[in-house]
Amino acid sequence: MRGLKAIAVLMASAAALPAAAQDVVITNAKVVVGDGSEPIEGGTVVIRGGRVVSAGRGGAAPAGARTIDAGGRWVTPGIVAGFTRMGVVEVDGVRDTDDSSAANSVFNAALDIAPAVNPKASPIAINRAEGITRAVVAPAARGSIFAGQGAVIDLGADMDALTRPRAFQFMEWGETGAQRAGGSRAAAMTTLRNALFEAQAYRRNPSSYEDRGKDALLTRADAAALVPVLAGQMPLLIHVERASDILTLIELKREFAALKIVLVGATEGWTVAREIAAAGMPVIASALADLPISFEQLAATQSNIGRLRAAGVTVGIGSINDDEARQARLVKQYAGNLVALSKVPGAAGLTWGQAFATISSLPAEAIGMGGEIGSLRPGRHGDVVIWDGDPLEIGSAATSVFVDGVEQPLVNRQTRLRDRYLDPKEGTMPKAYQY
Amino acid sequence: MKRTLLLGAAAALLAGCAAQGGGETKSASTKAPGPGLNKGYSHDPFPSTYRAYPGRPTLITNVTVLDGEGGRIEGGQVLFRDGRIVAVGQTLDPAGADVIDGQGKWVTPGVIDIHSHLGDYPSPGVDAHSDGNEATAPITAEVWAEHSVWPQDPGFSRALANGGVTTLQILPGSANLMGGRSVVLKNVYARTMQGMKFPGAPYGLKMACGENPKRVYGGKGRMPSTRMGNVAVNRATWAKAADYRRKWDKYENDGGDAPTRDIQLDTLRGVLSGEILVHNHCYRADEMAIVMDMAKEFGYQVSTFHHAVESYKIADLLKANNVCSAVWADWYGFKMESYDAVNENLAILDKEGACVMIHSDDANGIQRLNQEVAKAMAAGRRAGMEISPEHAWTWLSLNPARALGIADRTGSLKPGKMADVVLWNGNPFSVYTRPERVWVDGALMYDMNNPKLRPVSDFELGQPGEGDVK
Repeated sequence: MRGLKAIAVLMASAAALPAAAQDVVITNAKVVVGDGSEPIEGGTVVIRGGRVVSAGRGGAAPAGARTIDAGGRWVTPGIVAGFTRMGVVEVDGVRDTDDSSAANSVFNAALDIAPAVNPKASPIAINRAEGITRAVVAPAARGSIFAGQGAVIDLGADMDALTRPRAFQFMEWGETGAQRAGGSRAAAMTTLRNALFEAQAYRRNPSSYEDRGKDALLTRADAAALVPVLAGQMPLLIHVERASDILTLIELKREFAALKIVLVGATEGWTVAREIAAAGMPVIASALADLPISFEQLAATQSNIGRLRAAGVTVGIGSINDDEARQARLVKQYAGNLVALSKVPGAAGLTWGQAFATISSLPAEAIGMGGEIGSLRPGRHGDVVIWDGDPLEIGSAATSVFVDGVEQPLVNRQTRLRDRYLDPKEGTMPKAYQY
Repeated sequence: MKRTLLLGAAAALLAGCAAQGGGETKSASTKAPGPGLNKGYSHDPFPSTYRAYPGRPTLITNVTVLDGEGGRIEGGQVLFRDGRIVAVGQTLDPAGADVIDGQGKWVTPGVIDIHSHLGDYPSPGVDAHSDGNEATAPITAEVWAEHSVWPQDPGFSRALANGGVTTLQILPGSANLMGGRSVVLKNVYARTMQGMKFPGAPYGLKMACGENPKRVYGGKGRMPSTRMGNVAVNRATWAKAADYRRKWDKYENDGGDAPTRDIQLDTLRGVLSGEILVHNHCYRADEMAIVMDMAKEFGYQVSTFHHAVESYKIADLLKANNVCSAVWADWYGFKMESYDAVNENLAILDKEGACVMIHSDDANGIQRLNQEVAKAMAAGRRAGMEISPEHAWTWLSLNPARALGIADRTGSLKPGKMADVVLWNGNPFSVYTRPERVWVDGALMYDMNNPKLRPVSDFELGQPGEGDVK
């Protein structure tokens, strides 16, 4: 909510300004902190100045705070969607509305998704109504292994969506990376190493680094964009599926030690879980991918996340190649399925608390923002959801959604269409007059 | 069964017909008699070789039974034997049957997915496996999805073990206005497609409205490139099919020279005579209305609109025309014709009395159709509709069985029907529930607690992750 404040002020539009953060106290709640612990009955959540003050048993209400009696219902941190294209795509099939990639741009790593985010994109309102309050938004790679710089956004109903622009660099590895690099994994590795060497050269002396134009292997802007990656100041999210490709990246980190690599996808991660854990690489994984849909995903299993976690890997859920533009709301169902898996002999599932953490604190921690979002630990953004039931159970709905302490509208064009057509027959006037 | 016999008889007559058609030269005086209506050529040249695997007489007790026809029994029992449902009740005679105590568990009919591309778009999804769209002409009614089915698709096992799917229809893709014939399969691995083929299930014709055909052929610079082009090509084709049908009906009834076979028009003749069911990919309400008028013009019936994202807007029209809708719970916004999706689509149609069911169109979605129905049910309830779980199960088995023309054999736990049965380890509309055992025709084909009762397709053998719990 901070990033665009200056711009919002420049727009001088009162409507564009975020509503003021409120002090809110939610009592008599089944509190889920989001850190992997189990729910706490009879808990209280205190939000002051848009931030979490406390969550759990007890907690003093600030004077003048709005108090909500949850009546024993579930109260959780807002869901963090671990990997999406939300806000940068309106309709996948309409190219004009898709800013996720730029096949014909000469720039790649330098591309910054932040200005493309449209807070009024309909998927934001639809997902907000289902309790999603933050999303990791990644660009998509087209002309290079590098896709560009992704953002973390909030889903508040205002024009200020950016929580952290340029939050990470996103890159393709494995089969897709090979194609983007010219046709093979060998080419991808050479491309990556060359880019990192170029970035090192740029970092040593930016003023002597010439822009060699569109024929260059790396433009000046791309080299500059990779400097914070090289220094470990900006996480490098890498889409990778095959076990051997993951090991290659672990090996690469021995040479470029500062890189903060986050594995995205990691379908075969469970087969090298100990190595991933030892390398300290967090993972944003697909939850239920269990089909050998490609040759780099032959070992796909729904037990991937459970086994990674058991090995000590920080692993959250993301939607990789899975309706990233629109369906972040499905991560709740995915997490619930991981709980169900714990009852299948031979499979590795999660406890309820662990499962909820995979869609709240863990994706936040994976991208280095666990101190800001994803849980109700003190100091985090005041993103809170009150539910009418178990939030991982199908059929439960968010009844109140707060972003930065501001209560959000839950109406969207889907709910409007539903209301118009609950009785489908036309009446005395066409449906177009009913709104 | 009657159907199978009829088609078998037709096949037996084939040799004789061919001899008449080809061997007999023009002879004005000695006109050969016709072979009889629909007996001029084989309507079943790739017959099913599916045989139910051996099962044991089984009585499941102490379960919540959803019978698939809207009935529910608490503390219920289900008995099946020799591949058939024998009885459903509260106190059945266990004589000679294995007894399974299902305390706290639920039993339902097997899930039926009316819209799948498993086998035609299998895993791994490489170009060499891409066999679902004969996207070379807008009308390819002559292609049969069954000729693309790879019976080793790893997706079949996931649909069985995670989704309790016992029957599924494989459709050609939606690139074409008339994409070809569908095939209905039992979800049991076999070496051949014929070994999976549901005995005696009617064929379907896959048709498609809207954006896909106009995009694919408009992109090739040929007709159709617009929605009006879509309808024009369809109507011209139906007119041709009507002519073909007249010629063959006349020959089969009255004899004379056999008309030239046209494999494409065989399919359309089958639709016009009611033998082949139309499954029409169509999203928008306005387009569905046009298709229903077109169907009246040429005298055919649409069985089901698939995807049917905007069906909720014309529930009354669909009901009046006796056309079903097969829908998703919550897919939306991936293209313009899916932009007006609402989560209450299924529930609104049901409330208005129109025929409706869930479908997947997806190798992942097919693994959780019970959860998709749970979502649709929850959305409907939140909008003020009363929907019971026992009624909601009709969206998962009986309604798709009806739309496929196989409801007399499967789709509910009615005595005499195929014993296609799922034992769930809890309420199947809960996210925390999994299939525990799945029977197809009374044979136990999946058991969560028995690692040997988990199929591993040829493709997965010797590969990373082989045989792991998926």
